[in-house]
Amino acid sequence: MGAEFVALSLPPLLIGTLAAMACALPGNFLLLRRQSLIGDAISHVVLPGIVVAFLLTGAVAALPMMIGAAGAALLAVLMIEAIRRLGRIEPGAAMGVVFTTLFAGGVLLLERSDTSGVHLDVEHALYGNLESLIWLDASGWASLGDPAALAGLPPELPRMALTLLAVLAFTLVLWRPLKLSTFDEGFARALGLPTTLIGLGIVVMAALAAVAAFDAVGSIIVIAMFICPPAAARLMTNRLGRQVIWSLGFALLSAVLGYTLAGYGPLWLGYTASVSAAGMIATVSGVILGLAALFGPHRVA
Amino acid sequence: MAQVQLAAAHGQPVQDDVSQAPLALRGVTVSYGAEPVVLSVDMTVVPGAMTAIIGPNGAGKSTLLKAALGIVTPLAGQARFWGTPLKTARDRIAYVPQRASVDWDFPTQVLDVVMMGLYRELGLLRRVRPRHIAHAMQCLERVGMAGFADRQIGQLSGGQQQRVFLARALAQRAELYLLDEPFAGVDAATEMAIIDVLKSLRDDGKTVVAVHHDLSTVEAYFDRVFLINRRRMAEGPVAEAFTSDALQATYGGRLSDGFVARSA
Repeated sequence: MGAEFVALSLPPLLIGTLAAMACALPGNFLLLRRQSLIGDAISHVVLPGIVVAFLLTGAVAALPMMIGAAGAALLAVLMIEAIRRLGRIEPGAAMGVVFTTLFAGGVLLLERSDTSGVHLDVEHALYGNLESLIWLDASGWASLGDPAALAGLPPELPRMALTLLAVLAFTLVLWRPLKLSTFDEGFARALGLPTTLIGLGIVVMAALAAVAAFDAVGSIIVIAMFICPPAAARLMTNRLGRQVIWSLGFALLSAVLGYTLAGYGPLWLGYTASVSAAGMIATVSGVILGLAALFGPHRVA
Repeated sequence: MAQVQLAAAHGQPVQDDVSQAPLALRGVTVSYGAEPVVLSVDMTVVPGAMTAIIGPNGAGKSTLLKAALGIVTPLAGQARFWGTPLKTARDRIAYVPQRASVDWDFPTQVLDVVMMGLYRELGLLRRVRPRHIAHAMQCLERVGMAGFADRQIGQLSGGQQQRVFLARALAQRAELYLLDEPFAGVDAATEMAIIDVLKSLRDDGKTVVAVHHDLSTVEAYFDRVFLINRRRMAEGPVAEAFTSDALQATYGGRLSDGFVARSA
């Protein structure tokens, strides 16, 4: 049981948890700025970036794909800003236009190009491949202290851990400006804070988390984690610091509970096959939000 | 140099008092679209006085303050604080935005909001000391909100929220206070509390500039007026500049639903 768990379940569980927390953290600020849709937009627009990177390099390699995804995310942010300013329309509409267009473009690119031989398709984009992120070099808990075995860990694990660290460092160091400019942008600007840059920084952090998580866990988890844990956390407290901590807790709970339910839930119910871990994690986060909306102590009357 | 040219271009004498004025605007033009909201406005704020910025809706009153503070970027013109650019004067300026400009459901407490006024002192990571909290509490005390320090800001009334904003500005320990509609939608008790605080600031030698919309209280509250309707219409002591002619010019036909109706 131990060896099997460490090899087959521990890596996807950790990667799912890290991805969920990395997305939930910037999601708090997106939520309070009424920009939650940006997470949705980013996770859609990375698709054409990844396809273009694949077409250019001809291989499913992590680095070019992340660069492609980041490029597409940047392009999307610029397009959203341009449409919002030139068209003088509200940001939600600009995002809706940009992310559906870019996502559709990505789907077309996928169809028209010869990607059939590799594991790159729309389903992969939606669900990721969490269950396949296994650690074949592990023979048990002792492998966690064995450098040779650790070298065989799925590269998504250190990548996601670094991403979470980066997002966490950004949030902690810039906590005061983030809070100030999110609450009262005019006052923040009068203090001399670069509010446009801070807003862009939040979007870049969200994009970083989305791009890193996208490959491992797919866009469903990314979209759900940007919104559900922060929204549920907001209903649990009236303090921003506590809200962020609650959101990280909810993200962790969603990942662990969702992964477990996906793997074993159907078996308990008498079915033979397990269900998509990504789908279940997202569903659990939605259920948590529902419970918080019903019973959370700080619902707005 | 540019400011001398601009002032001269408007046919006005180049005044020495730009270097003394807590705030001097020269040729400030702001546009959000094709139409300018504020058109080539000059303004010279007199130190140690309370000035009301008055004008009809959409006259560019708030925009003028925002342009001065760099919150919106003017198309042309410049703002000087004590003769220096905004950048070197920020520590001496406090700002109270319109209450309706923020989301009061934001997860934060009254004391937290007041502490935001200490940002330039605390910076990114400097530790909050007991003296910082004591100072914030004193500011809350001055606006009569000390008992509400731990309240979530969404649980306050409009007047209480306005007082918290004023306390935050007090926490900035500034010499120039710029307030955007501080009396909008507040109860009578709050209005009195706010005006008391502003007058005590003035009596301490500070300068107060407030966007104001209630013409009936101008004479009781303010020393000076600045009338604006996209362009500068009049500026000076209340007794000289707050005339029916100037008001007629500023408000045009719209005056009848405002001041005249109220004083009749």
